[in-house]
Amino acid sequence: MLKKDLSLLILILVIGTVTAFLNPRFISPINLSNTANLIGLFGLYAIGAGFVIITGGIDLSVGSLFALLGVVFVDLLSRFEMNWGLAVALMVLAGMAIGGIHAFLIVKMRLQPFIVTLCGLLLYRGIARWYTDDGTAGFEFGQSFPTLEWLTTGRTYGVPHNFVVFILIAIVMGIVLHSSVFGRYLCAVGKNEEAARYSGIHTGWVIATAYIIASGLAGLSSVYFVMYTRSISPASHGNFYELYGIAAAVLGGCSLRGGEGSVFGIVLGAVLLQILQNLVNLLGIPSSLNFAVMGAVILLGVLADQQFVNYRLWLRDRRAKVAPALRDRSAPAGP
Amino acid sequence: MAEPFLELIGIGKSYPGVQALADVSLSIGSGEVVGLIGENGAGKSTLMKVLGGVVAPSMGVIRLDGHDHASLTVKGSMAAGIAFVHQELNLFENLDVAANVFIGREPRMGGPLKLIDRRKLRDAVRPLLERLGCDFKPETSVADLSIAQRQQLEIAKALSFGARVVIMDEPTSSLTISETNRLLEIIADLKTSGVAVIFISHRLNEVEQCVDRVVVLRDGRLVGKLDRSSIRHESMIRLMIGRDLKDLYTPPAGPPGDTVLDLQELRTPAYPERAVNLSVRRGEILGLAGLIGAGRTELARAVFGIDRPAGGGIALGGERIVISGPRDAIDRGIYLIPEDRKRSGLIVEDSLVDNVSLPDLHSYASLGLVNTGREKRNAETQVKSLRIKVREVEALVASLSGGNQQKVVLAKWLSMQPKVLIFDEPTRGVDVGAKTEIYELMRALADKGVAILMISSDLEEVIGVSDRMAVMHEGAIAGILERGEFSEENVMHLAVGQARN
Repeated sequence: MLKKDLSLLILILVIGTVTAFLNPRFISPINLSNTANLIGLFGLYAIGAGFVIITGGIDLSVGSLFALLGVVFVDLLSRFEMNWGLAVALMVLAGMAIGGIHAFLIVKMRLQPFIVTLCGLLLYRGIARWYTDDGTAGFEFGQSFPTLEWLTTGRTYGVPHNFVVFILIAIVMGIVLHSSVFGRYLCAVGKNEEAARYSGIHTGWVIATAYIIASGLAGLSSVYFVMYTRSISPASHGNFYELYGIAAAVLGGCSLRGGEGSVFGIVLGAVLLQILQNLVNLLGIPSSLNFAVMGAVILLGVLADQQFVNYRLWLRDRRAKVAPALRDRSAPAGP
Repeated sequence: MAEPFLELIGIGKSYPGVQALADVSLSIGSGEVVGLIGENGAGKSTLMKVLGGVVAPSMGVIRLDGHDHASLTVKGSMAAGIAFVHQELNLFENLDVAANVFIGREPRMGGPLKLIDRRKLRDAVRPLLERLGCDFKPETSVADLSIAQRQQLEIAKALSFGARVVIMDEPTSSLTISETNRLLEIIADLKTSGVAVIFISHRLNEVEQCVDRVVVLRDGRLVGKLDRSSIRHESMIRLMIGRDLKDLYTPPAGPPGDTVLDLQELRTPAYPERAVNLSVRRGEILGLAGLIGAGRTELARAVFGIDRPAGGGIALGGERIVISGPRDAIDRGIYLIPEDRKRSGLIVEDSLVDNVSLPDLHSYASLGLVNTGREKRNAETQVKSLRIKVREVEALVASLSGGNQQKVVLAKWLSMQPKVLIFDEPTRGVDVGAKTEIYELMRALADKGVAILMISSDLEEVIGVSDRMAVMHEGAIAGILERGEFSEENVMHLAVGQARN
């Protein structure tokens, strides 16, 4: 575990303890279960956001993608009565295809990731709103998909299944990022793309794969969000959600300069964000302050982390300075 | 000799565990050109930082116009007329020449609006450029200037501060011959107008040409001073390394074998109309000399698959091959040790072991997962056989010295089976001791049957190390020299495009 991850974990425990102390309902089983549910929802695509950030890029299109894929998914199930398994697979594939288009524009056409995915953000939401005539898409009355619902919104002993899926995917992605050849290539490309190319890495493919993974996970997430909300107003569904993903990744230690990050850190980042949301509700802070609290805590956390790093450097410096001085003092006594 | 206006007396500087400078004394009079030489790490840059006011010495006195100071500040140093022309030029590419000269002290107009008075700015810069004989205007954008012109701009900037001594750190390392000569003329002009110059260079020829006296640093100490009359190549080298430099050339163990790499009418994107025919044989070191911009690096890039060739072909072991990317070259045993190792050769913020296994990561992995134990064992073997000075293989490459970093680049490729190794400026930024080691390694590899192509702008190196030499001029091979024909003159004639007599 990285030192960064450890300090984030400590921050989560401190905030959790204080909140629990102020309002014991925080650790009530039902509250923990609900929070875990939200962590699962918002954590899943944050892993993808992290992969993209590690390449030195960014993906701003995720929230709009939730709206677009969401309304299509509802339509496939309710109007076309498609098999839900097929529909879920289609959503993931559609996400991957969109990621592929982003990657093509970024790698081959050499456009900046910020611009490509910003245009995606505008495009997908616009299309989603046009597709539904700016109305709300929802399932037909009485429609139910027991297995799909069990997989997405079901809980076992209070543990939300989407949280379990999130943890499983996090473990797989953790192995991919930290132990696989691809993960090593991803970090190498993020740190120094040219040197990676000179070492025979197909840097374009590596970057493309990161965008495809990110949008593929977003495709899967869009299914989870649909099943969670049951109906979608494409004008507002998923607004700002890309920023939750980016915030979780950055809180979790992904450097926007690229090359750095850990999946465990992203998981912790997602956990912290949801705890903060929860804390606003439980401590009776006006919910309009929701974003402000989140912003303030992230800012303080990053600031404290930076100061802590500085302090460690200072300590090391001082130790390095003191050591030779001590040696000098003892030198005359020696032979 | 003029009365010195700047004197360093008994300067010492110690860092934790390191004595960077010890008891260095140096005096500079107006209109004097002083050569400062020494190996990398000898303390030259620390001494210059003391002069620039960036580093405060822990011992000694700096005497400026008769006043003693324990240390200088950056401002004080500038006010005293000490100016720097840095190795990495510090210019703003997006601004024009005039703006760069007066950056931060632009003439103002418009009262409280404090707008920049561009006309006044340009008028102030013009005479400076004329004085140096520059062929560019105050309005020219810096992005359009060549390296030599940028350097002249830096000198103009120094003069605009009323510099009395200009410190030039490796000013000729990226200049062509004619540009270097122009710089030496400028130095002579500065000298006649009473400006002193401290000339730091590894290129002893130029030092020999332009300085009044030479000061040699080694391990932070001043180990020798040579007057104009006693400046000789050998004596400078002896002082720098503390011993005689033995002959660079080690003859190969046996005669060269068959042709391994054959470039057939190969044309690079830089010179699409010029074709290169060149063959490198088993067991030989083929030097590739030429001026900067002759297309040598571009040739290496095309062979290694970084750039797509504009035409022609490459044969490896008699078989025509297509290289559409570095991966193709690497899979066939053609490896490149690039010119700029920090940018292209290494990921400096990664560990040594990660860098070494990167090009061949799949062979350290099973089922797509990397076996770090296997990686580490290989890295340790390489560290031992290449004698890389590092505490542990997990150390960051950024913490290593230039010579050791270059060995890490080599370790990447020696972990596989090289057939052809292309070295692009193998010893740039590497100190004398490590240089010799790298030459020995190259020879040992050649004797094992590797074909080596060595691109070098350092004449001493390319003459001293190669078995055979190709000289490039404007994208084509101007001529091939056998060992017996090696001389600086022959190389230079070919490099500037004159036919051999």
